[in-house]
Amino acid sequence: MEKFTKLTSIVAPLDRANVDTDQIIPKQFLKRIERTGFGEFAFFDWRYLEDGVPNPDFILNEDRYAGANILVGGRNFGSGSSREHAPWALMEMGFKAIIATSFADIFRNNCMQNGLLPVILSESEVDTIMARALRGSGYKVTVDLESQTVTDDQGLSAKFDVDPFRKNSLLEGLDDVGITLTLGEAIDSFEEKRTARW
Amino acid sequence: MAKTMFEKIWEEHIVAEPEGQPALIYIDLHLVHEVTSPQAFEALRLTNRKVRRPDLTISTVDHNVPTDDTRAEEIKDPIARQQVETLRNNCKETGVTLYDVDSSAQGIVHVIGPEQGYTQPGMTIVCGDSHTSTHGAFGSLAFGIGTSEVEHVLATQTLRQAKPKTMEIRFNGELKQGVTAKDMILAAIGKMGTAGWTGFVVEYTGDAIKKLDMAGRMTVCNMTIEGGARAGLIAPDDTTFDWMKGRKFVPKGEAFDAAVAEWRELASDEGAEYDELLEIDCDTLEPHVSWGTNPGQVAKVTDRVPSPDDFDDPADVTSAEHALEYMGLTGGTSIEDIEIDRVFIGSCTNARIEDLRSASLIVKGRKVASSVRAQIMPGSTLTKMLAEKEGLDTIFKDAGFEWRESGCSMCLGMNPDILVPGERCASTSNRNFEGRQGKGGRTHLVSPEMAAAAAIEGHFVDVRDWETE
Repeated sequence: MEKFTKLTSIVAPLDRANVDTDQIIPKQFLKRIERTGFGEFAFFDWRYLEDGVPNPDFILNEDRYAGANILVGGRNFGSGSSREHAPWALMEMGFKAIIATSFADIFRNNCMQNGLLPVILSESEVDTIMARALRGSGYKVTVDLESQTVTDDQGLSAKFDVDPFRKNSLLEGLDDVGITLTLGEAIDSFEEKRTARW
Repeated sequence: MAKTMFEKIWEEHIVAEPEGQPALIYIDLHLVHEVTSPQAFEALRLTNRKVRRPDLTISTVDHNVPTDDTRAEEIKDPIARQQVETLRNNCKETGVTLYDVDSSAQGIVHVIGPEQGYTQPGMTIVCGDSHTSTHGAFGSLAFGIGTSEVEHVLATQTLRQAKPKTMEIRFNGELKQGVTAKDMILAAIGKMGTAGWTGFVVEYTGDAIKKLDMAGRMTVCNMTIEGGARAGLIAPDDTTFDWMKGRKFVPKGEAFDAAVAEWRELASDEGAEYDELLEIDCDTLEPHVSWGTNPGQVAKVTDRVPSPDDFDDPADVTSAEHALEYMGLTGGTSIEDIEIDRVFIGSCTNARIEDLRSASLIVKGRKVASSVRAQIMPGSTLTKMLAEKEGLDTIFKDAGFEWRESGCSMCLGMNPDILVPGERCASTSNRNFEGRQGKGGRTHLVSPEMAAAAAIEGHFVDVRDWETE
């Protein structure tokens, strides 16, 4: 898994509640058997016009947000389908952190498994970041996982929570399977008891 | 101390709880399908890891498979074909059982698990699919996971989970004729919103839940994820055990009796405490129809489509504006005045034999409106065969329905069954997201009875007024 430590980047705003994973990566692109190749199809229905030309009305197509590694979204971001293709697609689009007031549970887990940091801030903090990102161009924030803070150069200083285990995995770029396999004996003995019962 | 059913199952499955880490939970049953598994199997190959318990893992092809008469042939879409082929190869290589299109046990993964008797009370069940919550209807702790977690379960038969909070949703009273489990869950999500239960495991209780048949309980648990909770549970009782008895992988004879005795102990103890409580009155519950682009945007059939000004929260106002524009609807329109082009009876929410029987009672002796294309995709091949034995297919075909093969089909449109832009569909599925059933398609979520009646009339109608033979 990719490490996440500290990131300073332009913020791309997507001011919608309940952005579901069907929007993030529509079903017709879920047929690939690889973990890659999804980025160009992210937000497909919003991002492109019928003839495949980028939709000028879709905010993430605006030049001022080009190269953004941080996305700020509305509440309940990532709801719906469990497709991990959603974080894969967002990461290929360039995003490394997403800020919102809330995330759907499965999407949040999937992000953590891939080094895409979901950051939950209060409504007023998200509103501030959203407004600043919408206003001009080049608005940047710094997301620091070690100190669990989001800051900008206009006085924003917000703290966020993260599970200590997940934090460590993200900071070190550790994958869960490797860690769990170190508990092999516990799994073995659990299975012995289980087999005796079933 | 009095425990909830969730706590009992959770504690029974803790493998390890290392300091500072989420609990490691043992998984009793892992369901696999073609879409969310290829990258997980590939990762095992790359790391030289094995499937730890192929005997606790079963798979089927459901999302991609065609439902028309080309089913036995190779899938035309080369990328979809490769995905199905990949699952076949992965199962062969790892010893995981696969129910392929030529098997009577093939079907939507959340239909076949219970139907074959794999799903049992007290189990932990996962699948790379958010609607895994369905299996909670049997009193099993069942939830959807992503592909990295699929890999984790394949390799270790465990999962790392932070302990969720618990919520009781109590459905009081009694459903009236024409009001169904689908309306119960749509009403509950409508009340709490699509993130209302995030971070919780829900237990559904109350008289109306006790009276539901297993198909109805599965419908309720299935849509738990649409309220934001990953898992929904219902205490197993005689309804559960009667439904399970005799199914292929359910214990037989004395072993069954012993299992039932154990399963009875799962119900939450008297006085067990939940973190939250929501109550819904079923005496006054009406059939529901979704009008928007998330499953919380619902209205009673006798009601009107709301206007953005009807909402207080600015985010809800914006959501309603977007939804009405996408759905091609104007606030104030009567739900019964909404005309439809398509009807889809199918999906892991509402394509079981009981659902097909209910819909057939509405359809019998009537004709689908000439402006409507109506289709039925049974939840499994076995369900289809059973329905044909009961003559349900004839009732539907005589009325003008297309009688198709089993699969996820137009619930998410990964196979060729999709809406064209602007088409409006009465659907028994679970999600009305933008583009879910096809780009520009407009989905209204309803019960099988409501979908059947809408097919006949060409617009939504109050199925409570419907006379059946």
